[in-house]
Amino acid sequence: MIQLNHISRVFNPDQINEVLALKEVDLEIKRGEFVCLIGSNGSGKTTLLNVISGAVPPSEGSVFLHGEDATKLPEHKRSRWIARVFQNPLGGTAPDLSVLDNFRLAALRTSKKTLKIGINGAFKEKVRARIAELGLGLEDKVQQPMGTLSGGQRQALTLLMSTMDHTDILLLDEPTAALDPRSAEIVLQTAQRIIKAYDLTTVFITHNLQDALNYGNRLIQMKNGEVERDLDTEAKAQLQLQEMYEWFA
Amino acid sequence: MVFYLSAFLLGLCLSAMGLGIFITMKIFRIPDITTDGSYTLGAAVTAVLLTQGWPIWSVIPVTLLAGAAAGVLTGLVHTRFKIDALLSGILVMTGLYSINLSVLGRSNIPLLNVETIFKALSIFDKQIYNEVWVGALFLAILSGLLAYLLRTDFGIAMRATGNSESMTRAMGINNDQMKIIGLAIANALTALSGFLVAQYQSFTDINMGIGIVLVGLGSVLIGDALISWLKIRKIWWQLLFVMLGCILFQMVLAVALSIGVHPNMLKLITALFVLAIVGIPRLVRKETS
Repeated sequence: MIQLNHISRVFNPDQINEVLALKEVDLEIKRGEFVCLIGSNGSGKTTLLNVISGAVPPSEGSVFLHGEDATKLPEHKRSRWIARVFQNPLGGTAPDLSVLDNFRLAALRTSKKTLKIGINGAFKEKVRARIAELGLGLEDKVQQPMGTLSGGQRQALTLLMSTMDHTDILLLDEPTAALDPRSAEIVLQTAQRIIKAYDLTTVFITHNLQDALNYGNRLIQMKNGEVERDLDTEAKAQLQLQEMYEWFA
Repeated sequence: MVFYLSAFLLGLCLSAMGLGIFITMKIFRIPDITTDGSYTLGAAVTAVLLTQGWPIWSVIPVTLLAGAAAGVLTGLVHTRFKIDALLSGILVMTGLYSINLSVLGRSNIPLLNVETIFKALSIFDKQIYNEVWVGALFLAILSGLLAYLLRTDFGIAMRATGNSESMTRAMGINNDQMKIIGLAIANALTALSGFLVAQYQSFTDINMGIGIVLVGLGSVLIGDALISWLKIRKIWWQLLFVMLGCILFQMVLAVALSIGVHPNMLKLITALFVLAIVGIPRLVRKETS
């Protein structure tokens, strides 16, 4: 589903603050894999995610999505396969627009936004029913501006928005970093349910090692712009939290 | 009475520009001051075509296209060269001065003996009533169309672009393209104000656009103050209040004139009035916090 070939990325080339964020990374992520991506600050996790999403073009190497060469495609064109949830709950939603407007855009992620009014009774009902499945009691707030909801509620809705249109790949960039523990748990459980229900290929960046242990079926540790460890489902299942802490010692 | 009705009508004429500035300033959050140029451009195109005997209905699309082209230019400079929006607007506005002058051919064209849009209606004995109705009807249709546009899927994408660019990129929206379209719509509307005002005052002058962006900005700020004070969320109501802001602004200037302020002081009054609209709420907020 995702294939990265010899990806390198240099920031500020030939300057005193030159950073080699990714060093010839080769990575293949298969359909339905749920990859937890961990690593210290500056290890290249977020750059890797941004190379997949198209937010950051690689300095060298190629990106294949769904078997198609996507290296030169800008971010807004890759949205045909990819849905994203950002660390900042503000990043994935438009705060001044209503919940309904946000969901309408999400429903059109892979298609043209035309000059017809798409929010009708049927659409409202569909959104309300989807939101009700979350069990957060947000289904009566669809007319409210997104910005009036809490960070956790917005992240949960952002996740749900990714299912409004066809999605292959879900990129989660520390989606729970700004949330309290309870909201974080709700968001991650929602994510897990959605990933399973829609058979999504997922890359999940987290600094919470317990979450990395609990969720997903593959674990990758990045270090200095390279893949340091890559554990498959079996190896990950046998992993202990204590062992992971030692990786960072 | 006729004096105030006339100010009311001018407010209506300038409402098209107000709606345009509302789109750039409030929806896209781009400070666009191409306005001074595209407003005169609209008036210049109108004057030239009307004196050449074009029917009024055929002048409207040409005016819209001229304004849109100015907006596209600003948008291209802003997005392609990554130049600050304010500077992009100044560049295009300055360049437009020469364009406008060559469209007009001279610095002033009178429109006294041509059919204007305001002569289209003759229901009332008093001509000013007819004119106000024409203006009101025109703006009703215009704002209706704009409200419809902003409620469509495309309109939602437009509104989201100014709100959260990371979100819209992830939703498959080309932000740069969207901004160019937004600037095109805004300046087309501004040119339409030029179209209306040229006919309202029966002439087009090369300098009529100087400082008009401030009038529009002040009007939108009045409208916006009302919108946030009354917590109005529905987009068509917001458009209505922007138009109300434009009319109130002209009313204030009319009052200033009627209490004996010299017309030469009008630009100064305009600047001070906008300063008051922007400044006073901030002072009040500071004291309460």
